[in-house]
Amino acid sequence: MVVPHLAAAYNLARWLTRNDHDAEDVVQESYLRAYRFFDGFHGADGRAWILAIVRNACYTWLQQNRRKPLAIEDETLEVEDPRPDPEALHLGAVDQQLLRKAIEELPEEFREAIILRELEGMSYKEIGAITGVPIGTVMSRLARARQRLEKTLAGRTSHGGAP
Amino acid sequence: MSCEDALKLLDAYVDGELDLVHSIEIQEHLKNCGACSITVKNHEALRHAIQRGSLYYQPPLVNRLLPPRTSLGRIYSIYELAAGLLIAGFFVGRFQPRENPAGQEILDSHLRSLMPGHLADVQSTDQHTVKPWFNGKLSFSPPVSDFAQQGFPLTGGRVDSIGGREVAALVYRRSQHVINVYLWPSPVSRDTSLQRSAQQGYNLMHWTRSGFEWWLISDVNPSDLSTFAGLLGAAAP
Repeated sequence: MVVPHLAAAYNLARWLTRNDHDAEDVVQESYLRAYRFFDGFHGADGRAWILAIVRNACYTWLQQNRRKPLAIEDETLEVEDPRPDPEALHLGAVDQQLLRKAIEELPEEFREAIILRELEGMSYKEIGAITGVPIGTVMSRLARARQRLEKTLAGRTSHGGAP
Repeated sequence: MSCEDALKLLDAYVDGELDLVHSIEIQEHLKNCGACSITVKNHEALRHAIQRGSLYYQPPLVNRLLPPRTSLGRIYSIYELAAGLLIAGFFVGRFQPRENPAGQEILDSHLRSLMPGHLADVQSTDQHTVKPWFNGKLSFSPPVSDFAQQGFPLTGGRVDSIGGREVAALVYRRSQHVINVYLWPSPVSRDTSLQRSAQQGYNLMHWTRSGFEWWLISDVNPSDLSTFAGLLGAAAP
């Protein structure tokens, strides 16, 4: 007997809650409810199905435990030029901790899109099914998430922490 | 293709989500556009950095994902728990009568509700409007949650009658499909696992949990209905 998709469930919960302990709680709760509730899994949809439940549990958790609003940080990013002069990233030099922190600082809807796309390798359709938005929205969220990450990382690598 | 048009599609291009015609157009554009080429390279470099790194959080050892201590004084791993629940679900499924007489009534009620003007007595997407609306109309207060964010928006509620008792009916939508959720206090306190059935092209799901009998019915596909049932089950107390 195995617990299917536990790694994917934990990874998503950990990125959304940004905390080991809370991620464990959320995943445990999600699986308990899923198992108590269903007598089986859903074939090919199993991963999307459990991730949708985990995601919902994370958002409930976030509503109850929101420590600080992220919106303020967003505003400052929003003011900048939508497409700065593209500048080649030298990500080979990027510290994993910087990258991790940059992803953690993304608003949740961008963060989950990046995690599901780049770490789970999911299609736009699958991401849309889990997050309940149209495919076009998935695409624009990924675009904005990448833009922010690249901007943050370019600033930190090429300019050595410019103001 | 103009730079402006290309820019909108670069992410889909990098993600392999474009059809062949658009992919070729983008490739042509990239040959002549330095800025877009750098953007694509950056997206690819970013992907590489994310995937190469240790950014995937591995779950802690499974025995740390523990349910609370049981009354037997020992700790079950999530594996054992899952196995037990599956076995329990199997037996519950075996020994319960397959045909639930309420199923036909649920179907009749669902079909009635789809006639013009019958769907909802209170029309609101706000759970804080729908829930209090039932006050004074029912002898219980049904749990009401909105799942618009997950693609199942609440659109209203009504009081209906199933098996001679007054029940709460909540109305949700999935795209253009109507989902009726019926619930009423359960006469038995024991929770049951989910049972699926289909009648006349409609999918039904039924379970008992948190002291309520739950029924879902819709013409939406079984996979979406399962997802929705999972959301309801996870939201209920």
